[in-house]
Amino acid sequence: MVDVHSAAEVVFRRESGRILAGLIRISGSFDRAEEALQEAFASALACWPEKGVPQNPAAWIMAAAHRKLIDAVRRDNTRSEKQEALRYAAESVFYKTGHEFEDASMDVPDDRLRLLFTCCHPALNQEAQVALTLRTLGGLSTPEIAKAFLLPEPTLAQRIVRAKRKIQEAQIPYEVPPASQLPERLTSVQTVIYLIFNEGYTAASGDQLVRTDLCSEAIRLGRVLGELMPAEPENLGLLALMLLHDSRRDARVMNGELITLEDQDRSLWDQTAIAEGLRLVEKALSFGVSGPYQLQAAIAALHAQAEAAANTDWPQIAALYERLLQWSPSRVIALNHAVAVAMSVGLEDGLKRIDDLAAAGELDSYYLFHAARADILRRLKRPVEAAEAYSRALPLVTNAIERSFLQHRLLRCLRPDDSLENTQ
Amino acid sequence: MRYMMLVYSKEQPGASREMSERNYNGHRALMDEAARKGVFVAAEPLAPTSSATTVRLQNGKALVTDGPFAETKEQLAGYYILDCENLDDAIEWAARIPTACRGAEGSVEIRPLPGIPERTLEATAGRAPGPNG
Repeated sequence: MVDVHSAAEVVFRRESGRILAGLIRISGSFDRAEEALQEAFASALACWPEKGVPQNPAAWIMAAAHRKLIDAVRRDNTRSEKQEALRYAAESVFYKTGHEFEDASMDVPDDRLRLLFTCCHPALNQEAQVALTLRTLGGLSTPEIAKAFLLPEPTLAQRIVRAKRKIQEAQIPYEVPPASQLPERLTSVQTVIYLIFNEGYTAASGDQLVRTDLCSEAIRLGRVLGELMPAEPENLGLLALMLLHDSRRDARVMNGELITLEDQDRSLWDQTAIAEGLRLVEKALSFGVSGPYQLQAAIAALHAQAEAAANTDWPQIAALYERLLQWSPSRVIALNHAVAVAMSVGLEDGLKRIDDLAAAGELDSYYLFHAARADILRRLKRPVEAAEAYSRALPLVTNAIERSFLQHRLLRCLRPDDSLENTQ
Repeated sequence: MRYMMLVYSKEQPGASREMSERNYNGHRALMDEAARKGVFVAAEPLAPTSSATTVRLQNGKALVTDGPFAETKEQLAGYYILDCENLDDAIEWAARIPTACRGAEGSVEIRPLPGIPERTLEATAGRAPGPNG
């Protein structure tokens, strides 16, 4: 029994996005597709214990969901001929071909891509894009998503319902956008995936630094995007970036304490993920079309390749940040650039850049700004000023583990003996 | 699907004649193209909000006030109704609508027109007295 249950669960996790994408195209309805999929899983759980798990469980569920879909449409058609408004697209394959279709029409690789573009359509707000992507392509349940984002379940459920209604009412197409719109729309998809990853990598709030499930899910989605659109170097760059960040997962927290990149035990880094990330960076760069994800991945690659913190190629990292600034001239990237300058050219130079940024304002409410400034001051052995900067960062940080890290640093600045030991 | 495209523009007095002419020509050209492609349903400019009157029913009485329903930065300046394939198609058309109708660049809000459910229409028709009744 347990085996059947877990077999079904594995199929659901791995295949539900693919199956759902096909069902949506055929039925023209998110809700109808989800219903059919759920019914198919229910019959799998009822049927498999008796007859055994089929050789190809995914195909079994796909076929079962298919039948449920036909049943549901037939039911609706007999009940009322006026279901037009319920339909997502006027001309779905199903209605075109009457009531029969080929099984081959089920597994079209483009379906998942269509679904990804529809879920991340700019006509939906970003919160809805994220929720819908995780729900449909990620196969995460509404309670799981709510938990990952520390939101009440009804809030998240409503977000998804609203998004689905908008898709239907405004007729957001279930299509891979035409070439003219592709660059902008692809950016929107990449943003959603990276947002999911980042939420997992440094959970915005709560007492856990990393939410592994969200990171893995984002990487999985990144793989789908990379597989389906391999000629877009930024897709490869995004996947590489996530893999390289994620490779440090086990080294980032020790006994509930945050460990900085500099102090991490590098033997704990996941070498398989790093190797894959490095390969992807190289492949992406070989296209000769640079982009922000590739540049960030290249920076992460330099960190990953340094056997010890002292061997980090900071000049190269500073140069990459400078190029990144041309792509997205944000203050956060400027801050990172200033830190790289501090580590390569000199601490004073870096500090000057940071203070110049501060003069322009805007960064004052950003905790990493104060934390970065504090760190440079600490390295410059100016503990009083460092302590003041840490104190300003503390009220702004929302993650408990990061807060405790900053508190420790602050204490060390206030006790000079410890701070000397720490600057080694 | 028919989409209504509400053109919002900031009312800025003293728009140059040249600018309003360019704006007018832009609308003319777009309407012609939409008609040629069988997409056009309707389009019209609105008189400025200085001519607006709002009627609100309060305690069964019509309360009439001067001015538009809501004071906003950009005012409704006109509308298009286009029959588009889907939202992406509608967005492409909307992006080409000139919005400087009242002097400054504005924005276009796209709203689908779902139509009136047939059953409601039948019910209304049943209740209303027929031509001979």
